[in-house]
Amino acid sequence: MKTITFITSDNDIIETQANFGSLMELAVKNKVKGIDGDCGGVCSCATCHVHVNQEFWNAVGGPSELESDMLEFDDNVSDYSRLSCQLKVSQVPDGLILKVAK
Amino acid sequence: MKKSKIDDPFKEARETKGFGTMNDQNDPVTMILGHKDVRKCAHNWKTFQSGGDEIGRIVVPSEVHIRDTRQIPFEVDPPQHKSYRDLVEPWFKRPLEEAYQEKLTDIINIIVDEALTKGSMEVVSEFALKLQSRALTLLLNIPFEESELWISWGTHVFRSEDTALDGDKANVLYDYIDAQIDKAIANPGDDLYSKLLASEIDGKTLTKEEVKGVLILTFAGGRDTVINAITNTIAYFADNPQALQQLRDQPEHLNSAIEELLRYYSPLTQMGRVVAEDTQVCEHAVKAQSRISMCWASANRDERVFENPNEVVLDRKVNPHVAFGFGTHNCLGATHARQILRILLNTLTQKVGCMQITAAKENIEDLDEFNRKVGFDSLQVAFHKL
Ligand code: FES
Repeated sequence: MKTITFITSDNDIIETQANFGSLMELAVKNKVKGIDGDCGGVCSCATCHVHVNQEFWNAVGGPSELESDMLEFDDNVSDYSRLSCQLKVSQVPDGLILKVAK
Repeated sequence: MKKSKIDDPFKEARETKGFGTMNDQNDPVTMILGHKDVRKCAHNWKTFQSGGDEIGRIVVPSEVHIRDTRQIPFEVDPPQHKSYRDLVEPWFKRPLEEAYQEKLTDIINIIVDEALTKGSMEVVSEFALKLQSRALTLLLNIPFEESELWISWGTHVFRSEDTALDGDKANVLYDYIDAQIDKAIANPGDDLYSKLLASEIDGKTLTKEEVKGVLILTFAGGRDTVINAITNTIAYFADNPQALQQLRDQPEHLNSAIEELLRYYSPLTQMGRVVAEDTQVCEHAVKAQSRISMCWASANRDERVFENPNEVVLDRKVNPHVAFGFGTHNCLGATHARQILRILLNTLTQKVGCMQITAAKENIEDLDEFNRKVGFDSLQVAFHKL
């Protein structure tokens, strides 16, 4: 079981736990404000945009080409932007902290 | 050849020059064809405008001659756009609520059961039109019976047999919406009309004209598109019975299947913008006040983005399609449309063993340089119980 924390733009701190699935699914299940996941995780809506906490960035890794094309056109992009539907719980470090971009 | 197939007529032009041109009622359109270019233009609302002075001009074919009500929030640019969009967005997200989905499930169950009982059905008018009309009563939050009237209008509100744009027919819709607004003023309820009439933007209540603008968009934007999406989905599973079985066995692929069908079928071919200043697209000069269009259907077949773009890959994982548009003006009805498809697919996998197309008349759009099949004018299908 991993603990993953989302921080919303209202500064609500939502601590979640999961073993599998994508981080977008996890956020939607926990009603994290600002993560809608409209396209269900196929990388076509960008409503799951998060900023990875800097200290975790290397462990999480950067976006694929198609994902970064998507991010290129989104508001509030930073060097630590990812689409949370493209991040799997199984592949991210325990204790990960993410900030919702919207 | 499979009847459900839709070819990509844009390939060559997309690869060689990146754009096409079409003459739309003597107001030419430069069609942007590549995925990246389409997204770039959609994102750049300052140069490629939706607001414009001429109402209806960004729609292709242009509706300048048949409409003088501005569609909202679709024909408004930022920053005003945001106030309108924020106002209507929560309402259009209601399809995520459980109660909404239950009602939609009932509507879809009835139609699928009817198809199975009858054994054979013309899908465009008897299945898709009915489903779309009945589902729209949920989106507007009005009594189910109202759908009878819309069904009686037929599949095209703006189109008659011989003209793509029919002003008289469009007026039927506009007069109807005016009457509904007056009714809601006299007798407010929990419906979209009443909700909008009671709303304020920047301290000012919405005018009747603004309310009408939202409703015209809701009626027009979700009619042909939803009907095409439903009809093409039925055609696809009729042609590919093993795909229905695949979804029965692996329901976890339901979401990617829906997104893939949306990509492949792209129910709305293109959407226009008015160019605000002299600029260029795909190294091609475009003049201020001319029109471009973003061709979603072409972008969705771009081989630089999608592997095997002309095949339906139901479990395609990364699928950055633009079937609902892109950027500021992405489709307001997307949540409703996705929910319809989700419940439809669920219901088909639960009840339908297989389907066969017995007759079909294709609906081909004439885009000058290109002809694109967008769906069917009629589709006769035999339905068999599971
Ligand atoms: S959920 Fe749509 S891009 Fe991530």
